Amino acid sequence: MTVAINCEETGKKLQEVFPGSVISTGKADIVVDANKLLEVAGYLKNTAGLDFDYLTFVTAVDFLDYMEIVYRLVSLKHNQSLILKTRCYDRENPVVPSVVSLWRAAYYQEREIFDLFGIKFDGHPDMRRLLLWEGFVGHPLRRDYL
Amino acid sequence: MTIRTEPFYLNIGPQHPSTHGVFRLRVTLDGEVVVGLEPIIGYLHRGIEKLAETRTYTQNIPFTDRLDYLSSMTNNLAYCMAVEKVGAVKVPERAEYLRIIFSEIMRISSHMMAVGFFLNDLGAMMTPVLYMWREREKIMDMFEMVCGQRLLYNYMRVGGVSQDLPEAFMPAVKKFLAEMPRYIDEYDQLLAQNEILLARSKGVGVLSRDTAIAIGASGPVLRASGVKWDIRKMDPYSIYDRFDFEVPTGDSGDCYDRYWVRMLEIRQSVRILEQAIAQIPAKGPICADVPQFFRPPRGEAYGYVEAPKGNIGFYIVSDGSIAPYRVHIYPPTLINITALQDMVMGWKVADLIIIFGSIDVVLGEIDR
Repeated sequence: MTVAINCEETGKKLQEVFPGSVISTGKADIVVDANKLLEVAGYLKNTAGLDFDYLTFVTAVDFLDYMEIVYRLVSLKHNQSLILKTRCYDRENPVVPSVVSLWRAAYYQEREIFDLFGIKFDGHPDMRRLLLWEGFVGHPLRRDYL
Repeated sequence: MTIRTEPFYLNIGPQHPSTHGVFRLRVTLDGEVVVGLEPIIGYLHRGIEKLAETRTYTQNIPFTDRLDYLSSMTNNLAYCMAVEKVGAVKVPERAEYLRIIFSEIMRISSHMMAVGFFLNDLGAMMTPVLYMWREREKIMDMFEMVCGQRLLYNYMRVGGVSQDLPEAFMPAVKKFLAEMPRYIDEYDQLLAQNEILLARSKGVGVLSRDTAIAIGASGPVLRASGVKWDIRKMDPYSIYDRFDFEVPTGDSGDCYDRYWVRMLEIRQSVRILEQAIAQIPAKGPICADVPQFFRPPRGEAYGYVEAPKGNIGFYIVSDGSIAPYRVHIYPPTLINITALQDMVMGWKVADLIIIFGSIDVVLGEIDR
């Protein structure tokens, strides 16, 4: 069984290593500060015992007050999973660091989020629309689009 | 005197028989050798994720058929599992068996199409595909028997399946399973050691183990690169822990391995089916008591299955109303083509076609 990692414990550990990085920990997810996302993600990927080397999905959810970016990480070695989240409060010019440098799996998915939610990923090598055409106005998956 | 050279840009698709749908490739060539490639997608984008936000949980099931339309059953299953996880619905035993039976039949059908069209891309025009279709036709008949559809089944429901088996189904599936091993032997006899297939696919389009993990590949593409990762074994959903089967892997990650892993998986699916047919309870409810306007509590869940092409998953956020707040579809084939550029670099245009064919993509899923 792919076990969901103990988020409270991991959240505490992350808070110790990167003070101020963890905003909240839930039963199955950890919400981290967008400014510290890259450091936390790198730590999760490269620390022995965690080894989250496999990124399954990246997606976003628009809660109107803020937009949440969700990452599901899996460690093939230990067969455990973790849902990592980060929030983005700016709707006009939302920017979040890109994790493509850590997991190439995010390459198309971040482009897709940029296309449909308008969230820019800082550090992505090719930040363009993916599914819709160039010149399309708006970002359809935002809740206030229609 | 130096000769001035410049790269040649070749546009393949979106309407091209070897792109398996409406897929466009912008290829940079040096002579005949590929030096750059950019996939351009979105020609089949229907906005299913957006549409799903304004429909009830049950109304969304037909949309999932239209993702990977060569394995609709597994798409149905992944979506229903995600909704069941949010709503904490318990699926009856007989329904679980029916789901497994149809997912595995679907896997056989999808892999046969994949192998058939892979050989089509290789230049064996239509003959292998028609061999594969001989068996796929029987599978289609079985699906038609149970849900009246041959391509887009809309068979699974939140909490179970929509219809019980008709009387004619069990004899048909038993006959199919009895015949199938002989047919797979026949394919192997024709293909496995075929000199042209070996020459064109051995060592071509190698996807290394590390790259496969880094791009998050899944399904036969990941396993052909030597990673023993199958959700049915590593995170057994439904009742997969009750069956005895192997997870075949390749070792070099070339086109031949991807073909060969699929052929081995067909054999394993037959094995699972034989066990499921023997174990299925003869009677019992086929669907849990779920209201038509299902309102799962607030929350979120990720339901995913080992579909023939990779791990298709649905991330569903519920706000407690009759329609999902957000449905995200995780498309395995889009992720698998992330490494297409690495795989084709340095190969010729003719090899590009078979490397792309060996990944086995369906554009309905890539574009959503």
